[in-house]
Formats: sequence, structure tokens, C-alpha cells
Amino acid sequence: MLDLVWLIPALPLAGCLLLLFTGSRLGEPRAGWLATFAMIGSFVATIGVFCDLATHDEHHRRSVVTLFTWIPAGDLSVDIGFLVDPLSITMCLFITGVGSLIHLYSIGYMHGDLGYGRFFAYLNLFAFAMLVLVLGDNLLLTFLGWEGVGACSYLLISFWFTDPANATAGKKAFVANRIGDWGVIVAICLTFFTFGSLSYTEIFDVADGSRIAESTATFIVVMLFVGAAGKSAQFPLYLWLPDAMAGPTPVSALIHAATMVTSGVYLLTRVNPIIADAADWLPLLISWVGVGTAFFAATVAIAQTDIKKILAYSTVSQLGYMFLAVGCGAYVPAIFHMVTHAFFKALLFLGSGSVIHGMSGDQDVRYYGGLKRWMPVTSATFIVGWLAIAGVPPFAGFWSKDEILAFAWNESPVLWAVALVTAVLTAFYMTRQVVLVFFGRYRYADPRPGEIADAWESRVTASAIELAESGSAVDLARSALDTARMSCAAAEKDQKDAVEVGRSATARDQDLIPTDPEELAQAILAAEDAVTSAASGVADAEAALEEAELIADSAATSHEALVQEAKNRLESPALALDGPPDVAAVERYLPKNVAEREGCLPHESPWTMTVPLVLLAMLSTIGGALQLPFASSLKFLEHWLEPSLFGNEVHLGVSGGTLWVLAIVAVVGGLIGITLAVATYQRRRINHRIFEQAILADAWGVDRAVTNFMGGPGRSGFLATRLFDERVIDGSIDKIGDLVRGIGTLLRRFHNGLVRTYAVGIGLGAAALLLWFLTRASW
Amino acid sequence: MGAVGLLVRRNPLVMFMCVELMLNAVNLTFVSLGDALEDLGGQLSVFFVLVVAAAEVVVGLAIVVAIMRHRAGSTVDDFSALGG
Repeated sequence: MLDLVWLIPALPLAGCLLLLFTGSRLGEPRAGWLATFAMIGSFVATIGVFCDLATHDEHHRRSVVTLFTWIPAGDLSVDIGFLVDPLSITMCLFITGVGSLIHLYSIGYMHGDLGYGRFFAYLNLFAFAMLVLVLGDNLLLTFLGWEGVGACSYLLISFWFTDPANATAGKKAFVANRIGDWGVIVAICLTFFTFGSLSYTEIFDVADGSRIAESTATFIVVMLFVGAAGKSAQFPLYLWLPDAMAGPTPVSALIHAATMVTSGVYLLTRVNPIIADAADWLPLLISWVGVGTAFFAATVAIAQTDIKKILAYSTVSQLGYMFLAVGCGAYVPAIFHMVTHAFFKALLFLGSGSVIHGMSGDQDVRYYGGLKRWMPVTSATFIVGWLAIAGVPPFAGFWSKDEILAFAWNESPVLWAVALVTAVLTAFYMTRQVVLVFFGRYRYADPRPGEIADAWESRVTASAIELAESGSAVDLARSALDTARMSCAAAEKDQKDAVEVGRSATARDQDLIPTDPEELAQAILAAEDAVTSAASGVADAEAALEEAELIADSAATSHEALVQEAKNRLESPALALDGPPDVAAVERYLPKNVAEREGCLPHESPWTMTVPLVLLAMLSTIGGALQLPFASSLKFLEHWLEPSLFGNEVHLGVSGGTLWVLAIVAVVGGLIGITLAVATYQRRRINHRIFEQAILADAWGVDRAVTNFMGGPGRSGFLATRLFDERVIDGSIDKIGDLVRGIGTLLRRFHNGLVRTYAVGIGLGAAALLLWFLTRASW
Repeated sequence: MGAVGLLVRRNPLVMFMCVELMLNAVNLTFVSLGDALEDLGGQLSVFFVLVVAAAEVVVGLAIVVAIMRHRAGSTVDDFSALGG
């Protein structure tokens, strides 16, 4: 059965290749089922190898299955071989197990996506690379898998690459990983020079037997730690993980929670003999970086509003715990926490994906609320995951975290204190997330602050338009008045003319003008009527003008009042825990999407998504049984992993009583965190704004600082490097070419075809020869 | 003088005459030195040089006349077709 270990990575690889060529033809959901069955097959193979390995006793629990020699280059000989030992099989078990569940989940999650086949091809490729990473029997094969998972991470983060933000996030992840890769490459080269081989069995035989030079070992491990920090998102190379949430949720669950990010911890655990030979300050450095990152990420997580970003920072924090354990020499708790973390973090991520699916894509935690009503399975499993990560017994997270805390206490009380505070913060922000998402008032249909601001703006604009209209009405009334006045004046003039005509008619020549006194009198009367009506028209126009002016004045005052009201109104809070914001004044002006959201209710996810959730919840509950601290016989994981650790595990020098006290303190700390969060977000006794500081939401400004640096001084540095490369390095080669060309240009002048030039040449040459012969002869 | 003339004059026929001038100068040198040093080799060399000069004149004049037939009054500078 051991010989079939090559099946474990081969099945996902076959799945990937098949899907690359036939993915679009298979269509959904068959492409998804193909990928899932490949993973399940790999899991079955892993179980088979595990059972075979378990039958061997302690001293024979390690074997290498070599397929063929990959690089036969003299001294450097690298095979494609698989190291089957407890550490690698443990990792394979949870990679294939959790991986299969996530593949099953993705069948439902990615429903309707155009890149369905491509997604599963990438997922299988990732699984293949990860399995090669953990199964490889030499550093180079591990590095092959290492880079493979980095590349797949890039491919999957920027899966929806048509949005530039997603593509940028993918690039950021890849570049940050690459910085880590540099460290690993340097370490590989140095390992080869020190040990003469890259194969783990040979390295460990040397390192375990005779001690290697301390400085060499330290340097190798420091470089590997740089690589691990890049891959496992420790400070300062963690910046890519929150951005990586741009990828689909199953990707976040598989790669950025359960598997890829744990490869850094795996690498350090794998080379534990070299760490044992390294300087004393090195493990201390690893634990401090780990616990510092854990604390840092936990502080940031309490102020995040995106459901996935909370979990992303939580992952960074939990990985910090694993590095803390590795630094304290506690390899078994580190692996134990890795396994339980894979269970509950994948559960939490898949649960959040289910929530996002039910809420049709909205990821803002502030607008969820009360989803327990509509998503019972998701909420129940998410709560199990929450209890696990908060460290509540008897769930899995409590056992693993408690082991790490015990070893931290063993190493230094300060480390333990920081880790404990981080645990309290962890409980706090996870409870916050659970309360905001699943309990409380359903806030989705509330108008958002941006929408309310827009509504106020539209109302003020409408009022301004009214004001302008009333102003123009005033102008119209004025011009009407002017016209009326003009017609009145014209009518008066007509009347005067008529009277003049009447008067002059008697004196003038009677042929030209009608002399009928009746007609004249009528004309005069008509003119008088015209004047009267014109005068009354003027009076009407004046009255109309007064009215219009009154309206305009009132419009102006009401507009002023409205503008004042709009300025003075309170900014409605983004998180409205008590009740919906008061929008009575601008209800008519709210944008359309507010009304559309009224009828939108969440729905529970299909069985392909809920079954993995339930299975992972069960694992999170019973996972603690792997390593129970009560008796030595119950410490299954420790006995199982012994062959991989070469006795480098630190012995816990604390008594049983101390362990009980530490455990109780940890549980109390977790409960304090939970109580604080419930008091703030459910009972609303504490103002939540105390915790959600802007600087925390901005992740302490680190991302912005790095961007500013890279855009400013960093960019100048890069430009200088590029200029150096172009001008000095390339330039020196180019100058040689220019020199040759110059000489050629010079010599070309002699080949002009003119006989006389050639004659000169002959003459000079003959003279030179003559001179030479003469001077030679005289010696 | 022959050398200078060869370099300076442009008419091919004149250049040939300069070449003959140089050859004859060499003959004269050979004969005079042969007499001064009482060596018969000087007079023997003149034989060879004279024969070669004659042959060369035949071939050279033939080529020059063949080229000059196409363009009358052209100079040596015009024939730069072999240039690179």
C-alpha cells in the first residue's frame, strides 16, 4: 500500500489535466464532480497509506518511495521521491480530507459561473502542488510544490480577473510570496553546500548525528523562515492575505485557511533538526514574530466590516500561534493547532461563503443581522466554528490553543501573556462577527449612510430648483407688469390722440377725417375704455408681481432652512443596532435600491454546501481527541509524530497543577472576550465605537505606508536599479560592440576602390618594410 | 620621382609612364652598382626586370585601353568599382 503513495498527488493532477482539456465540454456540474472525485480518490489513497504506516512501529515509520531520478547532475542528484512519514501523512490527510469537502462545496457555490471548469482545474492543480510540497522527499521537490501553490494562489485569487482590483490582489499575493521564495532558494543552495545533498533523509542523518556549524544552521533556518513568513503571512509579509479575499470563498477556505498558508509551518517543522543546531536566539525570534503577528492581526480584526476580512486577519493571527509554538520547540502543538485550525477555519470560511451566497453577494457585516432565522444550518455550524476558535472546551480549538499557551508559559511568561491577550481578542472579534451576522435585527433593508446623504442632496437640489422656478416666476410677473404698463401708456396715448382728433376735427379740413360726431364720441369712449382696461391690467400685473414675490420669498426662506437642516443633521451611523435610521424627512428621495432591498430575504444554501459545513462542524467538535493532555496514552498525535521530530520536541517543564491553572485562565479569558462582545453588540451596553477605531480598520496604516514607500522612495530605488542595469551592466557589453563598430568604420576608409589610395598603401607599406629590414639588420 | 608621379597623376597612361620610369631607374641602379662592386649579378638582374616590365606593359596597356574606350578623358579615380 505504501508503494501507491504516488497516487495521492497523481489523482488531482489527472483531474486537472482532464479538466483543462474537457472542462468546458463537460460543463457544470459534471466538471465539479470529476474534480471532487479526484480529491476523494486521493483521500482514500491517503487513508490506505496511513493505515499501512500505522502498522509499523516507531522506528520504522518512515520510508521513501522513489519514482525516478529527476536531476542527475554529478554531485547534485535530485529524485522524484515521496517521503512517507507521520508528518507528511498527517498533512496529506487533512489536505485531501478538507480539500474534498471544499471541492464538494464549490459545486454549489460556483453554480452559474462562466469559468466553472477552469475553477476546478485550478483547484485540482493546487491540490497536486500542495501534496507534492508535503510529500516531497527533498528540498527541491518541496520547493516545486511551494512555487506551485504560490502560482495557483495567484490564479485563483484573480479568478474573476475582469475586475482590475482582483487582478491586483493576485499580483500582490504572488509578489509577496516571491520575496519569501528568495529566502527558500538561498536556503536550498546553502543546504546543498553544507550537506552535499538536498534529500531530507540524508540531511537529517548528518544533522542528527554530528552537529553542523551553528552559524550555517542559523543562516539556513533564517532564510527558510523568510520563506515561511512570506507563505504563511507573518509580519511584514502578511499584507497579501486580506487582499486575497478578492478570490472566491472556497479558494479562501482551502488556500488561505487550511492548506497553503500552513506550508510555512510545515517547512519549519520538517527541518527541526537544523533548527536544533541553530543559535539559541533563533527560535526565540520565531516565537516573537509569531506572537507579535498574532496580536497585531487580532487588534485589526475587531474593527473590520467585511465578513471575509475578519476571517483573513483571524487566519494571520492563528498562524502566528503556530509560529509561536514552533519557536518554543513545541512542534506537536503546532501541527495539532494546524489540523484543528484547518477544520474550524475552513468551516468558518465556508459558512461565510454560505452567508454571502444567501445574501446575494453582499459582504458587509453591518448590514446582515438576524440571519439565524433564514439560515439555520449555516448558523448552527458557524456557531460551532466560533466556539472552536474562541477556545471553549470541549471543542477542538481549546485543546490545541491551550497546548500552545502551556508551551509559551514554559518558554517565557511574557510570551504567554501576549498570547493570552490575543486569545481574549480572538474570542471578542469572533463573537462580534457571530452576533452581527446571525443575531439581532435584520439590517439589510435599512437605508445606508451613503444613500441617506444622497437623498438629502436630492431634496436640497429639488428645493433649489423650486427656488429658481419661483425666481423666474417673479421675473415673468415683472415683465408682464412692464408689458401691461406699456399697453396702458399706449392706450392713454391713443385716448389723447382720439381727443386731439376730436378737437382738431372741428377746426380742420373735414374731408380727411370722419366728422361724424357719433363716431368721434365712440372713438373717444373706446379710447377711454382702453385706458381703463389697461390701467386695470397694470393693477392686476402689480398684484401678480406681489404674489410672485411673496412666493419667492417663502421659497427662499424654506430653502435656507432646509440647507441649514441638512448641514446640522446627525450623520447616521453605519451600524444601526437599535433601529433603522430616521429618514422621514427624505423618504421620498431615497434611491431605488433601498426599495428593492425591502423584499430581499436570505435563503439557505443547497445540500452541496451545507453537507461539508456539517461534516466540518463534527470534526471541529471531536478534533480535540487527537491530543488530550490528561494522560500520556491519550496523546495520540505526539506518539504518532515522534519519528519526524528526532527528539527535538521541548519537554514541558511545568507541573500538572500549573497546566490546570493555565487552562482555566485561558477559558476565563475566552469567556471574558465573549461576554464583552455580547455586552457591546447584543445588549448594547457598551458603545461599540470604542472598539472599532479607525486606525484598526485601516490595519494600523501599514498597507498605506508600504504603498507610499513603494510609490515614493521605493520607486526611486527601483528606477535607480533599473538604470544601473541598463547603463552599467548592459552598457559595458554594448560599449564593446560600439568599439568594434568604430574600428570597422575607421578601416572602411581604406577600401574606397581608388587605385591611387591603394598605391599610397603599397608605397607606405614598402617603405615600412624597408625600414624594418634596415633597422633589423643593423642590430 | 616615378613614385611621386604615380601617386599624383590621374591619367592612366601617364601613371604607366611613371611605372616605366621607376623600372628603368632600378635597371640603372643595378648596372651601376654591378660595375662598381665588380659583380656580374647586376647585369643579370636587369635581364629579368626588363622582361617582366615588357610583359607587364603589354597586359596593362591592353586593360587600360579596353577601359578607356568606354569613357574618353576619364581618370583613374572613376574606376572604384572594386571598393568596399
